[in-house]
Amino acid sequence: MSIQYYIYFCLALFSIGVVGVLTRRNAIIVFMCIELMLNAVNLLLVAFSKMYYAMGIKGGVVSNAGIDAQIFVFFIMVVAAAEVSIGLAIIVMMYRNTHSIDINFLNRLKN
Amino acid sequence: MALMKILIAFIIVWPLAGFLFNGLGRNYWSKKVIAYKATGYIMASFIASIFAFLYVQDHGAVSVHYFDFINTDTVKIPFDFKVDALSSLFLLVITGVGSLIHLYSTAYMKEELAPHYARYFSYLNLFIFSMLILVLGDNYVVMFIGWEGVGLCSYLLIGYWFTNGQYNYAAKKAFIMNRIGDLGFLLAIFWLIVRLGTVNYSEVFTAASLAKLSASDITGITLLLFVGAMGKSAQIPLFTWLPDAMAGPTPVSALIHAATMVTAGIYMITRSNLLFSHSAFTQNIIAIIGISTALLAATIAIKQNDIKKVLAYSTVSQLGYMFLGLGVGAYSGAVFHVITHAFFKALLFLGAGSVIHAMHHEQDIRKMGGLKSKLPITHITFLIGCIAIAGLPPFSGFFSKDEILAAAFAKSPIYWVLGLLGAAMTAFYMFRLYATTFLGKFRGTTDQENHLHESPAAMTMPLILLAIASAIAGAIGIPEIMGGQHWLSHQLVPIVGMPVELGLSPFVEWTLMSVSVSIALIALLMAISIYTKKTDQEPTTAMGKFFYNKWHIDELYNATIVQPLNNFAGFLKNVIEKQVIDGAVNGTGKLVQYSARKVRLIQNGQVGYYILFMVFGIILLFILWFNDLAIVRFFYQMTKFN
Repeated sequence: MSIQYYIYFCLALFSIGVVGVLTRRNAIIVFMCIELMLNAVNLLLVAFSKMYYAMGIKGGVVSNAGIDAQIFVFFIMVVAAAEVSIGLAIIVMMYRNTHSIDINFLNRLKN
Repeated sequence: MALMKILIAFIIVWPLAGFLFNGLGRNYWSKKVIAYKATGYIMASFIASIFAFLYVQDHGAVSVHYFDFINTDTVKIPFDFKVDALSSLFLLVITGVGSLIHLYSTAYMKEELAPHYARYFSYLNLFIFSMLILVLGDNYVVMFIGWEGVGLCSYLLIGYWFTNGQYNYAAKKAFIMNRIGDLGFLLAIFWLIVRLGTVNYSEVFTAASLAKLSASDITGITLLLFVGAMGKSAQIPLFTWLPDAMAGPTPVSALIHAATMVTAGIYMITRSNLLFSHSAFTQNIIAIIGISTALLAATIAIKQNDIKKVLAYSTVSQLGYMFLGLGVGAYSGAVFHVITHAFFKALLFLGAGSVIHAMHHEQDIRKMGGLKSKLPITHITFLIGCIAIAGLPPFSGFFSKDEILAAAFAKSPIYWVLGLLGAAMTAFYMFRLYATTFLGKFRGTTDQENHLHESPAAMTMPLILLAIASAIAGAIGIPEIMGGQHWLSHQLVPIVGMPVELGLSPFVEWTLMSVSVSIALIALLMAISIYTKKTDQEPTTAMGKFFYNKWHIDELYNATIVQPLNNFAGFLKNVIEKQVIDGAVNGTGKLVQYSARKVRLIQNGQVGYYILFMVFGIILLFILWFNDLAIVRFFYQMTKFN
């Protein structure tokens, strides 16, 4: 399978994430869209790594680059999970304060 | 030598001490102390000058080194003084006439309050100090220090009564006009430094130095030096400050604007005579400007009614004669006229001061008249001054003026005819002044008449001494055809070389003299016969008005130089300064304010917008990146270095 398919797919996922962040007002959906962007990048990382590994085999050079990226992605997911817990906590606090999770109410810092 | 070093330092230290003591202690000392100090110091300086003069008579010129004023690889300017035949004569005149005028001032300025009295004398002492530096300096730079110093003192003393705006204006005018001349002098000094690398007289006035200068160098340097002399010595076109300088106290006019400072230009040119003799072009210019100034000022003097203005224009006219002498190569004649003029013009000014004093600050001669019997000493001494300046033998003015006229005749009879015309006018306006002031009936108020009084001894004594000097000073330069030795021209041989043989037969010389004397005599008698009976009223003829209004030269300068400069300055102030520069500064501020007001709205607190702009930013960055724009490369380089 060509690398281009992965790139287009990740681009689509990422764009969906961007558009979601820009257009949606619900904090949880915005948050999910951010996660979508993050995972799009993760997926791209794994894909590049895998393809690079494959190229190495074809050219007769053995490389373990593919495994490195997969380990990276695990780390990223762990960090993302931690971040999600903080993010959700913020949203909970926001709901407690404003009785809403609409991010347009987050403009209290204005003026 | 060491002794001379101390003696010469002695000459200049006294006036400086007087300046410092009177200037700093002006609030502490009584007028008596101030007067004794100021006058005594100048007299001490005079005595030291006599010793210096006698030393030079016996041992020849002496040059003493004090310290290095400027010392670089390429140019060395030592602070040296030189006493030789020329400077020792000037020393005597400056300190001699100076001490008499100090003595006179003690009485003339009596009405001033003590602090102002002290200020006056400190300026006067500073002036003597500067003037001494000017004539003592052994190079052009030291001369220039004195040159600037006397200009400053002249400014300070013209504006001595600083509460009068008109006087301040006159002071500024004198200062600015002098600055124009000083610039020429300064450029000449720079030119000498560039070409020769030295400004010392002993090195500049040598055959080797002259060989290094091309003909155009010499012409340029001498012309620039002459521009300096023009400013200081009030020649066309820079002469209009001198009549206005009469705003100062009368003794100041006598000392600075008649006897000493204004002759600095003649001193400087005589000092540099070797350069000037090598440029016939400059010499012609000097002679032409000299004789034109002499005539122009004489015509104006005929129509003036202010006693000091007449004398001021007379001074300008006499200075013109001296420059004529310089231009035709009669350097010793010019110096001779400087000396005699210092005596009789100081005398005339002091006499005028005595009259003004008696008349309670009335200066208009039309309101005087008949002062002969009321002010006997002033009258006699003033008359002697008038005869001396008119050039009647055996008074001093006759000898010096005729020496210049004879040299002018040898150069070109046209100069002589014009000079003669000037001499006739001189006799005429001086005796017009004399007759209007001292003869006829008193025309002032009865109140003034009752208060007429002869001046105190402190004022009449200088008058008497100066009158004696004016009468007999001609003895130092009696021409050979009269059986004299002409001591002065022999004296000046080391400076100006042997007197040029004029090639005039005794018959011609006698004729020239008798013609000039008889013409002066006719003019004199004419003036007396006209002005004993009546005074000049407002002139009616076109020519009379033209002379009365001083050829409209002030108006001409106003229209051609002052007004355009003012307008230009106004343009700079109102347009360039207020609109362009202020506009740029305020515009920057306004632009920042305006754009901040607009851009501020972007920060609306809506998180969505922030993210949107962030995304736009990232997209923009990508576009720039892939188009490989220079600015991105630049930032990329920056990140790499860090």
